[in-house]
Amino acid sequence: MRNAFIQELVALARLHPQIALIVGDLGYSVVEPFADEFPERFINAGVAEQNMTGLAAGMASEGYHVFTYSIANFPTFRCAEQIRNDVAYHKLPVTVVSVGGGLAYGALGYSHHAVQDYALMRTLPNMLIAAPGDPMEVQACMRYLVEHPGPSYLRLGKAGEPNFHGAPPDVAPGRWLKVREGNEKRALLSTGACLQIAMEWANKDEHADRAVYTMPLWSMADKPAQAELLRFRDEVVTIEDHLQDGGFGSWLLEAKAMYAALGCTVRTVALSPEVCGTVGSQATLNRLGGLTI
Amino acid sequence: MKSLQIDSPDLARRMRIQALQMVHRAKASHIGSALSICDIVAVLYGQVLRLDPKQPGAAQRDRFILSKGHACVAIYAALAETGFFPTDDLLKYGQDHSVLMNHISHKVAGVEFSTGSLGHGLPFGTGKALAAKRSKLDWRTAVLLSDGELGEGSNWEAMMFAAHHGLDNLVAIVDYNKLQSLTTVDKTLRVEPLADKARAFGWAVREVDGHDHAALAALLNALPWEPGRPSFLIAHTTKGKGVSFMENSVDWHYKSPSAEQLAQALGELNHA
Repeated sequence: MRNAFIQELVALARLHPQIALIVGDLGYSVVEPFADEFPERFINAGVAEQNMTGLAAGMASEGYHVFTYSIANFPTFRCAEQIRNDVAYHKLPVTVVSVGGGLAYGALGYSHHAVQDYALMRTLPNMLIAAPGDPMEVQACMRYLVEHPGPSYLRLGKAGEPNFHGAPPDVAPGRWLKVREGNEKRALLSTGACLQIAMEWANKDEHADRAVYTMPLWSMADKPAQAELLRFRDEVVTIEDHLQDGGFGSWLLEAKAMYAALGCTVRTVALSPEVCGTVGSQATLNRLGGLTI
Repeated sequence: MKSLQIDSPDLARRMRIQALQMVHRAKASHIGSALSICDIVAVLYGQVLRLDPKQPGAAQRDRFILSKGHACVAIYAALAETGFFPTDDLLKYGQDHSVLMNHISHKVAGVEFSTGSLGHGLPFGTGKALAAKRSKLDWRTAVLLSDGELGEGSNWEAMMFAAHHGLDNLVAIVDYNKLQSLTTVDKTLRVEPLADKARAFGWAVREVDGHDHAALAALLNALPWEPGRPSFLIAHTTKGKGVSFMENSVDWHYKSPSAEQLAQALGELNHA
């Protein structure tokens, strides 16, 4: 996903002279193609994420669409107030890019685990979450974010995620993208790189009949529209590599709760807090957290 | 685009009167912090910043950011008194549904950026200055900070960055009134030696009496003082300046003047 991100960013920057990239001294062997081709639009802000985010807002207020890039919690929690006050409140075109969503940096420990980031971002009015499920969705999300400049959060996996789409899909906030045909009454729905796990679930006998969907773009504003997507279903199972509290499944449950008449059951599969403070490979931690069956 | 060429001592006096009335009506706080900066702001709006009240968003304007957002009545007053919006609108300060919030709001004509949490203005202004440099535009960015605000580490991150990138189109002005919320800056979190610190961070540094209009104008109209370096102006001020019983008193960080106190304050300003 990292590579799909930088390739698409370079391609978009060729078309859009306002695109700039600020990194927080991270991105070795990833960001060089952008830095080499667009040195005037590349900044390494150093190890100073609060300033990186304030800077990005300042540049965005002068016409740039700024991508801030770092690992997991550094461009998010470290500068949460700058995202809240400077970026989201002012509705500025800054895309906060976090690489290593979920437990991608498993062995590096809790500081590098992004398992509360949805909770932070989804409480911000004006903030769009982009959590692509595969490299094709990365491309699609990037194009969408550049065509609709505003405050946004792009959560990337790390590297090596397989493609589930044959081409960049047609994405929109709150839209479910079908990845696998099956029983619509018992749909599986994931967001982010956890799509891979959702597909593994659908390969197990117990879930083999389920249609599988992914939702790469979502936000506070898209909750009401979910009622239409739940109305004709009996059960939806959400899967995410994030803690349950404040996560994607909670978001869908809240969307459902806005409409008392909806009969659909929403079952949320999310990481258990046991993963917090434990190290291991991403696969090990996802299993420990309860995502793997 | 030129500066507005307004008599700044008179502008500062009118700003103080408006600020006192706003804070009294709204029963709001921070009058001491607002009176502290009226002379600096009057010089900026009257004699330095290239602005057009009829086109608040003109591309070539200079950018001004109030990082100490709690002192916003001084800016609202300056904007109204220089024609960005009618002075009658100041009556809405702090009222229900008003855009004139008690911390500076970008929803007000002429305001670039909302603050209220400290330590946000300088990074944001640094981003503007960097954007201007990278886009080869010649407008300038000024950020007004409080002294207590320098406790926020984000300022020092921005100071390192601005110097590293040679942003000589950026000026930070510190309203150095030496008082913060509970007591003096010295007793809270010492910033001295401030000039040495700023110099060590790579900025060109000057000190000035923050109530001396001629000295302020001379320095601010001579920017940048050192090509290739951002400018750091330490403006020595008195909190509550212009109202005898508010000067140098920590009480007026939070209190709002009663009707009698307002009358006394206005009397002093009208006879100043």
